[in-house]
Amino acid sequence: MAELQLTRADFEPLHTDQEIHSLSRPSLSYWQDAWIRLKANTRALFSLYLVIALLAFTLVGPLFWTVDPAAQDVDQISLPPFADRDARIVSPYEPWNGSSVLPVGEGLRLADTPTSEAVRLVWDPVAGATSYSVYRSRYPTGDDRALGLPLIDLYGSASTTFEDRLDLSPRTYYYSLLAYDGAGNELDFQTLTVEVNRVITAESAVERGLIAAPDDVQIGDVIFMPLHPLGTDYLGRDMLARLMHGARVSLFIGIAAPFLYVLFGVVYGSTAGFIGGQTDQLLMRFADFVVALPFLLFMILFKIAFGIGPGESGIFPMLVALVLLSWPATSRLVRGQILQIRQEGYINASRLLGAANGYLVLRHMIPNTMGVILVTLTFAVPSAIFTEAFLSFIGMGVAPPTPSWGSMCNEGIKTMLTTPHELIFPALFISITVLAFNLLGDGLRDALDARMRSVE
Amino acid sequence: MWRYTLKRLVQGVITVWFIATATFFAMHNVPGDPLLNDKNVTEEIRANLEAKYGLDKPIMQQYRIYIWNMIRGDFGISFTQKNRSVNDIIYSHFPVSAILGILAVVFAGLGGVLWGALTALYRNKLPDVIIMFLVILGISVPNFVVAAISQLTLVNVNNLLGVSLLPIAGWGGIEHMLVPAMVLGLGTMAYLTRLMRSSMLEIVSSDFIRTAKAKGLPPTRIFTSHQLRNAILPVITVLGPSIAAITTGGFVVESVFAIPGLGRYFVQAVQQSDYTVIMGTTVFYGAFLVFMVIVVDLLYGWIDPRVRLE
Amino acid sequence: MSTVITSDDSFTSAAGRQLLIFAALAISGITLLMLGLSWASSRTGAASGSNNAVDPVTNTLTVFLREEPPQLDSSKATDTVSGSVLGHVVEGLLRYDEHNQIAPGVAESWDIRADGATFRLRENARWSDGRPVTADDFVFAWQTALDPANASEYAFILYPVKNGEAINAGELPLEELGAVAVDDRTLEVTFERPLAYFDKLVTFSTYYPIRRDFYQSVKGAFGADANRILYNGPFVISRWVHGASLKMDRNPYYWNPDRAKLQTIDFAYITSDANASLNLFKDDKIAYTTLLAENLDDAMQQRWHIHRFMDGGVFYIEFNHRPGRLTGNHHLRKAMQLATESAELVYKVTKLPGYLPGESLFPVWLKGVHGFFREEYPANYPHMDLEQARRHLEKAKQELGLKVIPPLVLLSGDNPVSNIQAEYYQQIFRKHLGLDLKIDKQIFKQRLAKMLSGDFDLVLAGWGPDYDDPLTFGDLFASWNLNNRGRYDNPELDRWVRVAQDEQDVQKRMDAFGEIQRILIEDAVILPGYERGVTYVTNPQMKGMVRRAVGPDPDFSNAWIVD
Repeated sequence: MAELQLTRADFEPLHTDQEIHSLSRPSLSYWQDAWIRLKANTRALFSLYLVIALLAFTLVGPLFWTVDPAAQDVDQISLPPFADRDARIVSPYEPWNGSSVLPVGEGLRLADTPTSEAVRLVWDPVAGATSYSVYRSRYPTGDDRALGLPLIDLYGSASTTFEDRLDLSPRTYYYSLLAYDGAGNELDFQTLTVEVNRVITAESAVERGLIAAPDDVQIGDVIFMPLHPLGTDYLGRDMLARLMHGARVSLFIGIAAPFLYVLFGVVYGSTAGFIGGQTDQLLMRFADFVVALPFLLFMILFKIAFGIGPGESGIFPMLVALVLLSWPATSRLVRGQILQIRQEGYINASRLLGAANGYLVLRHMIPNTMGVILVTLTFAVPSAIFTEAFLSFIGMGVAPPTPSWGSMCNEGIKTMLTTPHELIFPALFISITVLAFNLLGDGLRDALDARMRSVE
Repeated sequence: MWRYTLKRLVQGVITVWFIATATFFAMHNVPGDPLLNDKNVTEEIRANLEAKYGLDKPIMQQYRIYIWNMIRGDFGISFTQKNRSVNDIIYSHFPVSAILGILAVVFAGLGGVLWGALTALYRNKLPDVIIMFLVILGISVPNFVVAAISQLTLVNVNNLLGVSLLPIAGWGGIEHMLVPAMVLGLGTMAYLTRLMRSSMLEIVSSDFIRTAKAKGLPPTRIFTSHQLRNAILPVITVLGPSIAAITTGGFVVESVFAIPGLGRYFVQAVQQSDYTVIMGTTVFYGAFLVFMVIVVDLLYGWIDPRVRLE
Repeated sequence: MSTVITSDDSFTSAAGRQLLIFAALAISGITLLMLGLSWASSRTGAASGSNNAVDPVTNTLTVFLREEPPQLDSSKATDTVSGSVLGHVVEGLLRYDEHNQIAPGVAESWDIRADGATFRLRENARWSDGRPVTADDFVFAWQTALDPANASEYAFILYPVKNGEAINAGELPLEELGAVAVDDRTLEVTFERPLAYFDKLVTFSTYYPIRRDFYQSVKGAFGADANRILYNGPFVISRWVHGASLKMDRNPYYWNPDRAKLQTIDFAYITSDANASLNLFKDDKIAYTTLLAENLDDAMQQRWHIHRFMDGGVFYIEFNHRPGRLTGNHHLRKAMQLATESAELVYKVTKLPGYLPGESLFPVWLKGVHGFFREEYPANYPHMDLEQARRHLEKAKQELGLKVIPPLVLLSGDNPVSNIQAEYYQQIFRKHLGLDLKIDKQIFKQRLAKMLSGDFDLVLAGWGPDYDDPLTFGDLFASWNLNNRGRYDNPELDRWVRVAQDEQDVQKRMDAFGEIQRILIEDAVILPGYERGVTYVTNPQMKGMVRRAVGPDPDFSNAWIVD
């Protein structure tokens, strides 16, 4: 065994090495760290951009697309996107008493050029007929006698003209004429195929801003109707403009209400859960009470309490009602989590180290419940949007003509077979919003989760 | 335990009384008059109606009479269905809503736990992506749209097959319940899936799972007794209020599928200012909800021993 | 690392197996639960039929109800759904037949004089328990409807019977009513004042018979359930599941065994959702459904047979004429009248073929002296004339001393149809007159409350006929009429209304209605919107369904099924 030679130098204190410290990462705060992790998450980042894009669509969009969302155009109702827009200029509509010269030909025929303003039909009297019925269909009439819409029943053998003005759009129509005798027996059945073109008067072209003065165009000229990139709704209003303005209501209700009531719920629930005992009991019973209040009834009450007069959209009372009536679910959830976390070892450890209550809540409890809170929040967004839609559904939503995505969906559902764009666009926007908030919530959850710190 | 339950029940009764009081005064302050109709009635007829429903008495007296009758279990006669008692309306329509609601909650609860666990397990893999996409789709379309589209789909399927696979509306047997219950539970299921997934992921990274693994517990045991059991907690918390939301929120589904549930009656009653029906259903639902919350709290104590019921 | 566990394959697969077991258990649990629930719901007795729309084998027709009848107590019924159901199962003294003509019901002959009427009841009219329908059943029914304790909203329709109003006010005992059962088969009625249309009145459901002993035996719940009504019509209600379905079977005791051709009419669904009923029709579950404008293209594509009929209702904008309201100004109303064109509303906005552009308060189907009232007394409603409208607006501003007319409040209902109209009018007045309208959208009872208190400038309103006489519309704007929500008060109009009420001569009455029509248009009391039509589709195998503006509608009591 060799002798151990100790020198004095061996007992010298080790000198402090500055270099090692410079190798370590800069100290990151909780939020800085969360932001770094959020940035690393492509899905979350994408959804963040999506949310920004939605906000831009809402706030900046109307500056570029300046069409009035309330402007109706009864000549362009329920137009699909990028529909054909040409219209021929005609002289203003004159009522027709059927007395014009009978055009040549026989049987059921046209008395005038068919336009989207009116289709004028004449026919030769059928011997013995005392009444006539006129039908119109969008599909060829066949042996099954599916004649389409019953337009009119005319009584008297002398009625041999009819002017159809009902909801004409530029397409092919199939007219049928039935003649009956006094006993109701069918005597004759004639059909006529009519091609209708869109027309517009010079005055209404000026009104729409398509031309400067009525003299700029001649009768028979073809001009283009206003462009509606996403089509129009049931009153001929521009869908794009309505979606932009509807976003204001939907996003405001959809973001502000959940944010406020989740915030309130978190504060309320964590207070109850943290303090516990009698206070907890009292607070939770109050939450039970609020949850059991009938939403609809109190919604009406708030509407009146806030003095919603005619013409006001009623967004604010809706917001207040939502916040006042929706927080208990979040508060129960947070309380449950806090009760659970309160028992954890690290809370006791922190308490032993002298942590104050406020510190415990803010530093340990809230971050640890962040996951659940964010999921609640992201789900509260669509549910608030839907509450607004549901209220529109039963007639208590925002007042017309203020649009909202929910009420647009509501209107669109009725026409989903014939003009699906009226449902698809608002539904798509709701879906995109919800998707964006969900992904963002996911990303935030991962980023804010205290246990995931510096994992990636 | 029993003392706690009893205490909660007493508190519940007080809560219900509060609800009844708040609703009573709210209702009498909302403009709208149950006695108005499309055609105005003469002074005499109006006086007769007021006398019949006791609306000619001062409001505090009406309140006392109402609370007294409520204690005796009598909710009065409906204003719109003039010869029918509110008790009868609740008695014949609540079971329908309850059956639909229970089924929807079960769909939502089981589905939520299952999908949530699956997505957490296969995090960021294909099953997760697919399920989460469906979940988001499920919650991002308003339920009146889902209801209408599913009904339309059923019609087309029936037409295509030439036989009635499932009835598209009405009420009666299992065949009538299936689709409405799924539509009704869809939103809640999506919500629970997300909640479950998030809660599973949190638990997966907690110390006791690591400890259990280190101890060498079999994976199945870790999964069922530790991970699932703990992750289910927030789901149960939300389930209580969800049950009430589902059973009361059935209005859209009930009207689309022509189901004779209580939800339809309640919304109608609010629109018609039918005081007695509003009061009856509110108090009834309030009591039901308070009871559900108590049940959930008791369940909570049972599943999570750390939460002591004091 | 915390994420390691999830990427551990053995753990994942083990957990996956667990979940699979869980799923299997869940599915079997749900199946069991559903079986249990199905059993439970069968205990509550709510079962919708799975019949097809028409079933020639059992001779059953399956249709739907728009709403649940609030009650089937004929003394209290006010709504059209109750009216339709009651029309199948209870029969009054007289009824409307399939050609909408007055036909004998329980009465086999009748004699209506200026001061009263005598009805002779048929001998073989029976209640559904086999006992005869007697004159006392009518006396009792009418007394019940007028009984203040019963608080019937439609008691007023019995006011033409002597002492009716006084009894309803509690001033006279029930026995003082001017309706007496002379014997079991003779009913003697005395009128309060001379009356020209009593035969039309007695077809109304408030005039239906109710049997005294039965009414008393059900203790205030008359009409609440299928077994709490007595029937004397061609059908009886065999089952009524509230909110779900209502089933009728042929009444073996009905006096005319040839009338009812169907064995069963099954109102198997109760839904007001237009899409739901359309889908049910598409699925061949119901034999008819109403179409909305949105469904027309679909209906044409399906090659269905589309029908239309006028339901008798007239819809219009009513102005508030109360003192202090801007709309009390004649020129402002004239300006608005000349700025609108009801044809545009009907052809471009409501878009249903059954609708007719409104021109008058009196609908086109009302009968005049010989033919139709509107043919004998044309409305001559002014066409849209913007220049003149603006001139009126200037005059209105001068008279009111205003530079700009402040926004007017348009009170509107919460249903989609009135929404569209409110939005349409709002835009029209802004575009044509620069007038701002604020839409006040209110749910049903609150809208009524606001109409009653006069809290509006304009309101979207409508009126449906109670009986087949122009007076059902004609007295609407009399200053004393409670349904004159705008409180229009014009002594000249009042004078004509009195003539129409008291005059016996048809020509003079119709002249009076012609004057009323002229005043309403000249003074722009209302802005007519449209006469409502109903567009509907029927199953081609169902024949004989009757639609009518006055009386039970729809009426399947004469319908039959062809193979």
